[in-house]
Formats: sequence, C-alpha cells, structure tokens
Amino acid sequence: MIPLSWYLFVAAALFCIGLYGVFARRNAIAILMAVELMLNAVNINLVAFWRYMTPERPVGMAWAVFVLTVAAAEAAVGLALIISVYRNRDSVVADELDLMKN
Amino acid sequence: MTEQILFVLLTIITLGSAIVVVTHRNLFHAALALMVSFAGVAGFYITLDAGFLAAAQLLVYIGAISILIIFAIMMTRRLMQATEQPFNSQRGLSIVGALVSFVILALVIGRYWPRTPDLEIYLASKPAVPDAILQGSVAQLGVSFVSIDAYVIPFEVASVLLLAALVGAILVAWPKAEDQS
Amino acid sequence: MTEQTLTILTWLIPAGPLLAFFLIILFTNRSRTLSWLLAWAGVFTALIIGWIVALGTLAIDAHHLEEHPTVVQSAIPWLPIGDFFEGTWLEIGIAVDPFTSVMLIMVTFTIAMIFIYSVGYHNWGSPLGKTLGVPNHLQEEPLLSRFFAFMSLFAGGMLLLVVAGDLLLLFIGWEIMGFCSYSLIGFWYARDYHLGPEDIPHISPRKAGIKAFLTTRIADVVMLLGIVFFYSVFGTLNFVEAFSAESLAHAAATVGAVTLGVIALLIFAGTVGKSAQWPLHVWLPDAMEGPTPVSAVIHAAAMVSAGVYLIIRIFPLIAVGMGPQGTPAVGIIIGGIGAFTALMAATIAVAQNDVKGVLAYSTISQLGFMVAAVGAGAYVAAAFHLITHGFFKALLFLASGSVIHGMEHGAHEVHDHHTDPQDMRFMGGLRKKMPVTFWTFLIGGLALSGFPLISAGFWSKDEIFAEAWSHWTHESDFLSLTVFVMLAVAAFLTAFYTMRQISLTFLGKPRTPLAEHAHESNGFMTIPLILLAVFAVGAGWFGISEGFPVLGGALNYNYFHHIVGATVFETLHELQGLHLVDYAIETLPFAVTPIGTSIFVALGGLFLGWWIYGRKPLKEGQTDPLVQPLGSLYTFLNNKWYWDELYQLLFIRPTVYISETVVNEYVDKGIIDGTLHLIARSVYRLGFYAKRFEEKVISDGVDWLKDLFLAIAKEFRYLQTGRVQEYVLISTLIATALIAVILLLNYGWLAQLF
Repeated sequence: MIPLSWYLFVAAALFCIGLYGVFARRNAIAILMAVELMLNAVNINLVAFWRYMTPERPVGMAWAVFVLTVAAAEAAVGLALIISVYRNRDSVVADELDLMKN
Repeated sequence: MTEQILFVLLTIITLGSAIVVVTHRNLFHAALALMVSFAGVAGFYITLDAGFLAAAQLLVYIGAISILIIFAIMMTRRLMQATEQPFNSQRGLSIVGALVSFVILALVIGRYWPRTPDLEIYLASKPAVPDAILQGSVAQLGVSFVSIDAYVIPFEVASVLLLAALVGAILVAWPKAEDQS
Repeated sequence: MTEQTLTILTWLIPAGPLLAFFLIILFTNRSRTLSWLLAWAGVFTALIIGWIVALGTLAIDAHHLEEHPTVVQSAIPWLPIGDFFEGTWLEIGIAVDPFTSVMLIMVTFTIAMIFIYSVGYHNWGSPLGKTLGVPNHLQEEPLLSRFFAFMSLFAGGMLLLVVAGDLLLLFIGWEIMGFCSYSLIGFWYARDYHLGPEDIPHISPRKAGIKAFLTTRIADVVMLLGIVFFYSVFGTLNFVEAFSAESLAHAAATVGAVTLGVIALLIFAGTVGKSAQWPLHVWLPDAMEGPTPVSAVIHAAAMVSAGVYLIIRIFPLIAVGMGPQGTPAVGIIIGGIGAFTALMAATIAVAQNDVKGVLAYSTISQLGFMVAAVGAGAYVAAAFHLITHGFFKALLFLASGSVIHGMEHGAHEVHDHHTDPQDMRFMGGLRKKMPVTFWTFLIGGLALSGFPLISAGFWSKDEIFAEAWSHWTHESDFLSLTVFVMLAVAAFLTAFYTMRQISLTFLGKPRTPLAEHAHESNGFMTIPLILLAVFAVGAGWFGISEGFPVLGGALNYNYFHHIVGATVFETLHELQGLHLVDYAIETLPFAVTPIGTSIFVALGGLFLGWWIYGRKPLKEGQTDPLVQPLGSLYTFLNNKWYWDELYQLLFIRPTVYISETVVNEYVDKGIIDGTLHLIARSVYRLGFYAKRFEEKVISDGVDWLKDLFLAIAKEFRYLQTGRVQEYVLISTLIATALIAVILLLNYGWLAQLF
C-alpha cells in the first residue's frame, strides 16, 4: 500500500540531510555521522528497490549487507584517523585542517 | 491505512533525528540522535520485509558504530567543550546545495513513479510475495554469500576489507610513545 | 700567274705584317734590333707579294679587265646567320681588281719606305721628358719594339682594308687602324708641354691620341649604321655582289635611289672622320704629336687614304644616289664638304708655323680634293690623286722629319733645349746643311703644288679639274663648277704655302743656332726619301690623258684611266643605260680651261710664295711678312679658324659637364649610391624598429602575459582553501547544476511534469 516512490523520497531526504551535514558541520566527527546517514539512505534505497522489483532474489539484501560492512569499516578507520589527527594537531575542527591550503 | 500511518511515523522519527544529528550543537546529543535515526531506518527495513537486515542494522550501526562514535567523541572532547559554533562559514550555501539536490532527486523520482488519481492503484503498488519466499529469504541470503554462483567473492573481499580496516584503524590510532592518552 | 696563285698570295699580303706584330709583342719585345728586323721582314714580304699580285693583275688586258674587273675573289664563312648548320653564313674575304692593285703598289711601297726610315729616325724625344727635344741616355728610342709592333699592326690593318672584298673586312681593317693611330699618336705617352704664348700650341700626345680616336669614332658609328643599312638593303656586304648593275638596279627599284644615296652618305661619314674632312678634321693636326714616321704613315700613305679608298670603293652606290633617280644632295654634300675642306685647310696652312702643321693641313686639303672629285663624279681622278698624293705626301712628311732631326741635332750641340725644333721661324738656310733633304723636299713640294709636267701631283690634279670642268660644260652641272672654282683657289693656296714652307725652312740663312748646327740625316732616312722622290716625279706619267697636247698624243693611252676605270666601267655603263647614273667612265676630250687653270694656279702660287718669302728670305727675329697685312685674318688662320675652341664650347664642355656633374655627382653618387645608402639606412632603421618591437612588444608582451597568468593564478589560489568541505560543496553544486541542465534539455521534463 505504500508506493515505492515514498521510500525513495524518504531516502532522498535522508541523503540530503546527510549532505547538508557534510557541508556545514565543523566538527570532523559530526561530518562522519552525516556520512553514516547518507549511507543509510542508500541502504534504504537498495532494500526498497529489492522489495519492489526483485523480491525473490537476494540481490538487494546482499548488496545492502555489503554496504553495511563497508560503512562499518570506513567508520572505524575514519574515527581512528580523527583520533590520530586530534593527537597531532589538537583540533578536530574541519576548518582548521587546511594543510593543503593554496 | 495503518501502514501509511506507520510509515509516516517512521519517516518523522528518522528524518527528525537526522536533522538533529546535523544541527545539534552538542555533539553527544547528535550521536544519540544518530542512534535514533538508525533505529528508524531499521524500522523501515522491517516494513520492507528485510528482517535480517533490520537486525543487522541494529547490531552493527546502533550497537557498534554509534558506540564507536561516542568513544571518539569522548576521546576528543577536551577541546570541543570550548567551541560554540556547530556550523562553518558555508552554511547558507550548504542549505542551498542540499535543497537543490533534493529537488533534483525528487524530480527524478517523481518522473519515473507517476501519480495516479486512483488511490487504490496508487496504494497497491507493493507486489504481493508469497510468505514462503519472504521467510526463506534469510537462508537464501546466507546461501548466496557462500555460493560460487552468487556472491562468495564479494563476501570474502568484504571480510578482508574488514580485516584491513581493523588493522589499519589500530595502526592509525596507536598512540605514539610520547602520547599520554 | 694563275688565279689560284694570285688568290693565295693575296691572302698572304696582310699576313706578313700582322704576324710580325704578334711576334714582336710576344717574343722580341726586349730586343730592339730584333723587333725592327722582324718588322722589316713583315713589311718587305708584304711589299714583294703585294707587287706581284698587283702587277699580275695589271698585266691583264684592259678589255678583259673591263668585263671582269675582279681578278681575285675569295671568301670564307665568318658569321652564322640563322641556323648554325643550315643557314647561310656571312662571308668575309678578299677581292682584287685594278684599283686594289694600284693601291697595293702605293701602300706597300710607301709603308716599306717608312719602315726603313723609322730605323734611322733616332728619336730624341724622351717619354718622360718635360721639355721638347730632351735627349735620353741611350740616344735611341727605348720603346722601339712597341713602335714597330704597332706599325706592323697598322700596316697589316691597312693591307686588310685594301684587299678586302666586302665591307666587313674593310671595317675590320678600318678599326685596327683606328686603334693603331690612337696608340701611335700617343706613342710618347708621358710627354707633357710647358709652353709660352709665342710658342706653337701643342697638346700632349696622350690627349692627341684620345682626340683622334674619339673624333674618328663618332664617324665610325655613323659608318657602321651605314654598313648595317647597306646590308639590310643589299643582303650582302660583298662588293662584287652588291655593286653589280643588276643588284644596284634591283635595290634602286626596291628602296629607291634616294635611300641608296642616304646609305652612301652614312658610309661617307666614316670618310669624313677618317680622312679628316670638315667638320671632323680637328684630330689630324694634333696627330702630329706622334713621331714623324707615324705622321707619314697615317696621314699620307695609309689611314687617311683609307677614307678616300672607301668612298671610291662604294662609288657605284654614290653614283646611283646622285643619279637621275636619286637626289643631287648626295653630290652636293660630298662635293661640298670636300671642296670646303680643301679651301679651308689651305687657308689655315698659310698661317701655320710648325713644319708638320703645314703638312697636316695640306693633307686635309688634298683629301678634300679627292672627296670633292668623288662628289663631282670623277672616279678615276679621285683614285689617281689618291695614289700620287700617297707618294709625295709621305715624301714630304719624311723629309720634314729629317729637317726636325737635323734641328734636334743642332739643339743637342748647342745645348739649347727650349727652342722648338719644329718651328719654321727658327729654321732657315738648311739648303746648305741638308742638301738631300732639301732636294727631295723640293720635289715633293712641287708635286704637291702641281708643278706642270714633272710632278705627279700635276697630272692627278689636272685630271680632277678636267673632269669637273667637263661635267660643267657638258651637263651644266653647277656643283661641278663650284667644285672647280673652289679647288682652283685651294690649289693656288697650296702652291703658295708650299713655297712659303720651303723658303722658310731651307732658303736664306739660319735664323737660330739650331739651324746653324744642323746636319744631314743618316742613310736610313735619306734613301727612302730619294726612292719616294722618284715616284713623286714619275707616278703621274701613268695617267697622262690622251687629249693632252703632244705627250698625250704620243702615248695615246691613258694607262691609269683605262686600267683603274675598268674597275667600274661595265657597271657604270650599264647603270647609265638604266638611267640610274649620270656619268660613266669616258675618255675626256681635251679642254684648255682646266689645264690652263691648273698650270696657272700652280705656277702663280709658287711664284707668289717665292716672291714673299723666298726672294728676301726671313732674317733672324723677323716676323712673318703676312702678319701685318692680314692682321686679324692672320690670327684667325693661325688659330685654325678656332674650330677647336668652338668644339670645346659646343661639345666638350657640355659632355664633361654631363659626365662629371650629372652622371658622376647626380646619377652615380646621387641616385645609385643614394639608393644604396637609402637601402642601407632603411635596413638599419628597420633593424632598429625590429629591435624596439622585439623589446616592447615581444619581450614586454611576454612579460605582461606572464604577469597576467601570475595574477590569475594568485586569484585562483584562493580557491584552494585546503578545506575539504568546501570542495565537496562546490563539486556537488556543479554536479547538480549539470544534471539539471542535462535533464531539462535532453529529456524535456519540464513539459512532462506539468
């Protein structure tokens, strides 16, 4: 009873909210959290499409599991990086991490 | 009827907490809102008959990643206490960018999934699937992960990836000899 | 004497002297003795062969000669015209007819005499001397080899001209002689004069040579035009082919007799130059700057004779030009120039003080006689006078050289090197000092004056008068009458100035120590004088006309007239039949007037000369008795009618001005150099601007470009904030924009959506 497009809209909205967080947050960890939101939005998309298009095959879920896995790994590594940077530079403000400036 | 209400509720929960995540000044609160958002997403999975995935979402995201994020927040808390500003200089443009992106995505979605005046047809879009398939989907998923004809290779690669990530994260975050933390 | 032998011998005549020239130049240049021996060999070979050929020709019967005048004819191909292999070739070659033969006799003999004389003529003029008559150490001409080389070349050229069978070979010989005259007149090229107002004016030999060459050159250009015109009308330059009656008649029919007359006048221009007729007579007196043998050969035997030889050769053309279908202007021009020149030169000779100067003007005058004779249609008379004149004028020149030599000996003995040994006012009494010279000079002078009976000049001059008179009486040709009168006056003056010259030089007492100490010249010089004197007396006897009282009747055969006249007898006869010419060669009946005039003017002139100059010979320091009575006329004559000054004003100064100022300054330095300088300057300026361009535009431009890029880069650097979030945002915005564009444009969604 729920059309596919509703799920897609939700996923899109979630994605865009995460996008906003990536653009606008100062704290690096906050940015990472926004990235997790975006990944979740992708997952919703995947599962929704699976359920509405090919529910008899496991392709959607498998893919979503992989995305999940990769997100987890990426979160781990990213956080480790942030901690390392925090140790070196005493800051996790993205604005101040501008060694590539000019 | 109930489905739609449930859907809307889930939507509100998910999106609302997502907004809190990206706007809240206090990072800890943002992390907590993130956990709520993850839960909402899990709820979505359930409505989509992806029970295994919902469980996995709860376990992995809420149980591990969120905790990890909170650990990281804790470990980098010293300086963050002092700052007030959650947003950087390009806030306005970011809103514009996000909105534009959403508009475009919405347009794409709206183009390919047309509206009809007939609510029945509109609402009756989720295909009916026999329960046997739905209930056997987890086993099918498991088989597909180890079946040579299916996704065994991505599965193995994913495990290697996790291993690499683990090792890498440990290495990166390993404290140097002079570090005190 | 077969024709073939004669042909070969004729080809050999010029070969001797020409070969001598080359050998002297190349090999015997260092040895004076060898050089003159070689020259003698060449000339004597030419003499012997020439006389053999001539006598062989003249031995042929006169009637036979009339029908076939050209005894020897031979030609070789010379210039290809048209295709090299198939086309015809212009030929040059030789031709001998009776006229050629008598010329050969005169020319070879005279030149041989002059060559003998030259060896004895020890030259006292030093090439480097600054004063007249300064002896050099060797007492012998140091440049003797060069002298004989050029003299041999000259002889070769003249002989080429005489035996030439066509205008081309004639022209070649003509030009050879032109060059030789230049180099021989200017033989003492380093000589320079420093003269006072009383001295006889001289120009340096170098300038005299240039003057001679340039003046004759002007004439030669016109003559060349005439030759070319001739060729275009007749299609050949060969005398025999062109001057046959058929050929002339055809030409007259094609282009008209007047055109033929024009051609004749153009060729006559060459004679005007070479034979020193007015207006181109100015070179001959100054040509006396050369050594006396040169004067003799150029002005007596050879070169000036060549001019008259030419117009006698082309006489048929002139005759047609003057004839009934032609225009009398031809005759008037030729005859008029000749007569005028004769008279003018005779008047000038009266007032000259240089012994060679008198002879120079006398030559001009006598040539005028010959030219006037041709103009009046007297073919045989002109030829006759040419031959006799060659003999006695050569004799006179050589004798005058002997006189000068004696004077220079005297100058050396008294160590006076400032008096002009050529000035007759300083001579006198040389009769006793130099008897052989005196008697030979006297014979020559009498021949020149036309002393009756015993001088060659008499017979030849008489012939001219007779022809002119007969044309006047029989055809009422007014030109002939004018010629007759003018020539008679000129003959009178000729006798007068000859006697004047003899009196001043030989009679009386020596007026200066130079003359006092003069002595007779050596054998090399006197023997040719004697031999020439024989011819001066006897040469005329070959032309005694039949109508002449007593003698003419006795001989009853005018040898010269018949033989030489045979050259053109047939041609003129036929042309007269075709009404193309007025006079043919005919035997003249006897008429008293010309004979009487001739005797009268000769004896009268001689008497008057003796009466003024010889009766009471000039004493030392006494001025010329003619100066006072004639007054300004004397000055006018003494200064040669001021022709030189006139030419200087009219021609020389403008030419020099054009050359020095216009061409040198304006054209050469101004335009040509100026153009080059302009090019150089503009290239330099171009380089300067190129350098500026390079500096300002290119270098500065590149610098500006560099600064521009640096500025742009500086601005763009600010894009790289180093903040990743900004990068992401911007890339997202751009990506969405692109997607929007694509979607809107490609898929027309706006329309579908609404």
